[in-house]
Amino acid sequence: MAVPTAAVQPRPSIPSRILSSWAESRNALGFGFMLPAAALLLVFLTYPLGLGVWLGFTDARIGRPGIFIGTENYQYLWDDAVFWLSVFNTLLYTISASILKFALGLWLALILNQNLPFKSFFRAIVLLPWVVPTVLSAIAFWWIYDSQFSILSWALMEMGLIDHRINFLGDPENARASVIAANVWRGIPFVAITLLAGLQTIPQSLYEAATLDGASRWQLFRYVTLPLLTPIIAITMTFSVLFTFTDFQLIYVLTRGGPVNATHLMATLSFQRGISGGQLGEGAAIAVAMIPFLLAAILFSYFGLQRRKWQQGGGD
Amino acid sequence: MAVIKEAATKKTKRPELDEGGMGYLQSLPRRVVTVYLPLLVFVIVLLFPFYWMTITAVKPNLEMTDYANFNPFWVVHPTLEHIRYLLFDTSYPGWLLNTIIISTAATFLSLLAAVFAAYAIERLRFSGARQVGLAVFLAYLVPPSILFIPLSVMVFNLGLYDTPFALILTYPTFLVPFCTWLLMGYFRSIPFELEECALIDGASRWQILTKIVLPLSVPGLISAGIFAFTLSWNEFIYALTFIQSSENKTVPVGVLTELVRSDVYEWGALMAGALIGSLPVVVLYSFFVEHYVSSMTGAVKE
Repeated sequence: MAVPTAAVQPRPSIPSRILSSWAESRNALGFGFMLPAAALLLVFLTYPLGLGVWLGFTDARIGRPGIFIGTENYQYLWDDAVFWLSVFNTLLYTISASILKFALGLWLALILNQNLPFKSFFRAIVLLPWVVPTVLSAIAFWWIYDSQFSILSWALMEMGLIDHRINFLGDPENARASVIAANVWRGIPFVAITLLAGLQTIPQSLYEAATLDGASRWQLFRYVTLPLLTPIIAITMTFSVLFTFTDFQLIYVLTRGGPVNATHLMATLSFQRGISGGQLGEGAAIAVAMIPFLLAAILFSYFGLQRRKWQQGGGD
Repeated sequence: MAVIKEAATKKTKRPELDEGGMGYLQSLPRRVVTVYLPLLVFVIVLLFPFYWMTITAVKPNLEMTDYANFNPFWVVHPTLEHIRYLLFDTSYPGWLLNTIIISTAATFLSLLAAVFAAYAIERLRFSGARQVGLAVFLAYLVPPSILFIPLSVMVFNLGLYDTPFALILTYPTFLVPFCTWLLMGYFRSIPFELEECALIDGASRWQILTKIVLPLSVPGLISAGIFAFTLSWNEFIYALTFIQSSENKTVPVGVLTELVRSDVYEWGALMAGALIGSLPVVVLYSFFVEHYVSSMTGAVKE
């Protein structure tokens, strides 16, 4: 390393020595270096988080600061069937989409982990759905799900599998399935590529040893791949669950919560009540109601992970 | 995750000899059924919406709705009419420009803050650095969907409503934690000895950061920058909430709210808008795909 010798200063005067000893102190310097990020996050993340909790206890509207009304918003929501429907929808959406993303993503990862020609090319194009803006790909799905000109309906009718067009987004059950399918489509690449990275860290020698011991392909997967992949599965699925649970964009583009609130998620309901309806307090209360679920998901994966680390004899 | 990290370094050191593993034990027909066929289905399903977007963007309106006489999967008379309409008769170029300015500014702001924070947490090891590192990670898990209402109140009170600054200042809420986390992982891979050498030679912390650590972490900075740019380009809920006037909108919001009028959907223009809006991130991504994949998996693994 050619560190410039000019960096070595002649012995400095006393004030600048105080200054430099301050600059060498880890804590003071650390504080200075943390300052920009901490300022941004405290002002635009921590403070709004607290403000959101406060707003949930007020009757604030757009253009009118609210007054404290205690738990009135929560009492109202407790008796609100639409709110409970949105909780149910959110859980249904998160659980079914996460399971599908996990199963299909793991399958795709296992395929990509084979010795394929053009491996890196496939890996690159498979990630595309995850790279493009969700809203823009959702618009493409909107057109694919169009009630009159859906290409899916047309193709299925041409193949003779159905005899009338599918009303993808107009019927409650179909709408739920359609938004879950679109979410899975976007989520598979993320799961697949991160699990693929985990798969590539498993040494081939373990498979060879297991094969010599007479393990079947299923046993190879069940007793070698899966245990070694568990930590990365836990992290990937935590991220996936969190992002699915708080999803907004896809629903806003495809259905805006309809038909008859069948696809309203908590995030979209919060937007509808808080911003479109102007009831900031109530919208904030719905958003705050998401926090316990998020905490539960984080804690679940955190403690799940801890045990795994201990089992593998890993420290820290 | 220390185990995986170790395994990862082992993997990279291993010679490429057993790249194929035990693949040779499989017969070709078996591979076709278990590998190539499912892969083909996956690729078709994952790419079909893009194909459909592209083909719709260049289809004349007549062909778009007449499935009886024209096969919808192909286009007989491709037209640039939708793209011309989009670029010259709507505010689309303005939205593109807004998105570029906002994403670039938010990315630079976040990277700047993240470099210092990551270096302080990872290398200065001030008291409480571990806790701060954990807090940064938790900050990344706070989703925009629970912040947009209080943020909209703040943005309004600060007089930033309907200005690009509303977005430039709020995007760092998810960009800073992400970039910090990614750069922490990168700084960890730079040997301590280099910094110790420099310290002995009398370099200040600032000199170490600018002359040794930053030049060595250019790949990490590039991937953090690309990620941050992509995330801000894709952001929707803040842009939808904080921006009202048509000329200040970003591409995702503009396409959705301005191109959709009443019941007559301009599908061709919508698809063209979605396609052109996706192109910058796709091009950026295709140039740096290796960085992208490795740092995405790296960030998750840490």
